[in-house]
Amino acid sequence: MQCQQCDKQAMFHITELETGDVRELHLCEDHARVYLNQAEADSQQEDSETAGGPLGVGQTAKELSEIDQRVCDMCGITFFEFRNQGRLGCPHDYVQFENELEPLIANIHGEVQHHGCRPNREKSVGAEAVLPESTEELTRVIGMRKEIRDAVEGEDYESAGKLRDDIQKTLHKWHAENSKN
Amino acid sequence: MKFEVLKTSVGEWLKGTGPESDIVMSSRVRLARNLAHYPFVGRASETERSEIECFLRSHLKKTSVGSHLEYTNLGGLEDLDRQFLVERQLISREHADATGARGVAIDPAEQVSLMINEEDHLRIQCIHSGLDLEAVWAQIRGVDQEIEAVVPYAFHEQWGYLTACPTNVGTGIRVSVMLHLPALVITRQIDKVFRSLHKISLAVRGLYGEGSQAFGDFYQISNQITLGRTEGELIAQVADVVPVLIDYERRAREFLLQETEQNVHDQVSRAFGILRTAQTISAEETMQLLSRVRMGVLLGLVDDLHVSDVNKLLVRTQPAHLQKMRGVDLDTKDRNIERARFLRSYFESGSPDDN
Repeated sequence: MQCQQCDKQAMFHITELETGDVRELHLCEDHARVYLNQAEADSQQEDSETAGGPLGVGQTAKELSEIDQRVCDMCGITFFEFRNQGRLGCPHDYVQFENELEPLIANIHGEVQHHGCRPNREKSVGAEAVLPESTEELTRVIGMRKEIRDAVEGEDYESAGKLRDDIQKTLHKWHAENSKN
Repeated sequence: MKFEVLKTSVGEWLKGTGPESDIVMSSRVRLARNLAHYPFVGRASETERSEIECFLRSHLKKTSVGSHLEYTNLGGLEDLDRQFLVERQLISREHADATGARGVAIDPAEQVSLMINEEDHLRIQCIHSGLDLEAVWAQIRGVDQEIEAVVPYAFHEQWGYLTACPTNVGTGIRVSVMLHLPALVITRQIDKVFRSLHKISLAVRGLYGEGSQAFGDFYQISNQITLGRTEGELIAQVADVVPVLIDYERRAREFLLQETEQNVHDQVSRAFGILRTAQTISAEETMQLLSRVRMGVLLGLVDDLHVSDVNKLLVRTQPAHLQKMRGVDLDTKDRNIERARFLRSYFESGSPDDN
């Protein structure tokens, strides 16, 4: 039997008995581990008055497992990898995983809005991008580098060249080119 | 890096000067910053890490602060030299133990250090002797502003400065004050103090050793929250509690003197006696005894010794410092012998290696 979450063979056959509801799950080893860890975390969360954990109450294990599969378009990290390592992959993760991160950040800091200093690039000579609302545009370069690698692998050198130009344009706009020295 | 110069000196911050320096060893602020156009360090490839290092290094040179700093490539150092920088609090233990392209830029006074490719692309640290958080903040903010004029930090309208770990997001600031609290430890009030600090979401940890039983009674108080409040508010949160702790510690010291002066004097004298005569001594024991002696000096129970001497010894008796002074690698057993020898000669002739 195949895992319900991926193409691997299902090694774990779990029957969940919830109030008035019987659910069967067939999972490979990896997905079972995710599922069981999450189930354990959920039950701990109910016991704990501090109600920690990145994920909201009321989500089913299946939903949680789907969240874990989400991938950042820029750096390619999965939410599962983040949960395991406790470190994000790139600045774009804060945008890509915003819904998942918000409850986690609220839990850590008790707030979800920055109220401190902000970059002031006015002093920087000739930069077009003064006082950015966010540097998301520049962060897209991370994804473009990945696209170049993919294009080169697929021997699509034309696209790779165009992407390189696009990156240079973005970096130039932000004065973020590498110095020649 | 001129380790030969560093090894017989201690950084400005350990000189035992500055406000309240009888109890407050140092005030420190660090800021976590990342480049917008690279993955965070943990996710970056070898090549990307080299590019990040190169980018930051060359752009830091364009700032007036950066041009005064001395840059050290950590990957190119021996373990011992990295350990040496950890002992001086110029880099973190994680930064020392990591692999791949990484480095640190340090100012000659050892107040400012810029760690490249630590957990975040850039960690700016500023440290002063005594209780001096406002001056530390003014200095580090100046450094940060100079750098952000030439480097595009990852920033988001809602989340603030973006960091590899969500526990640092927002301001990216960690404000910490290192305190010497021997009387609160002796009078067994320290745990009570810590519990009340945790309630107002401040973190406490021993400088050396684990948990609340820190070697040498040195404790670091720092903010835990980084998002939703301004840097000024977060600094005030730490700064407001320090005078209270100072007051507790002073009262506990007075209490010890009034109620048990003979006992305290005896403990301090014995500690001093061991430090002056031991033939082999561990780093932990040295730390404990120096802590006792430091309190004794401040209570007027020890003659001919200054607090700055004790502060100096706290750093110079640590493993990497001993080995750098001796000029050879030593195992634990030989280090303990060397440490005892160094202490004996220090107390005999002032500071032999300073001449």
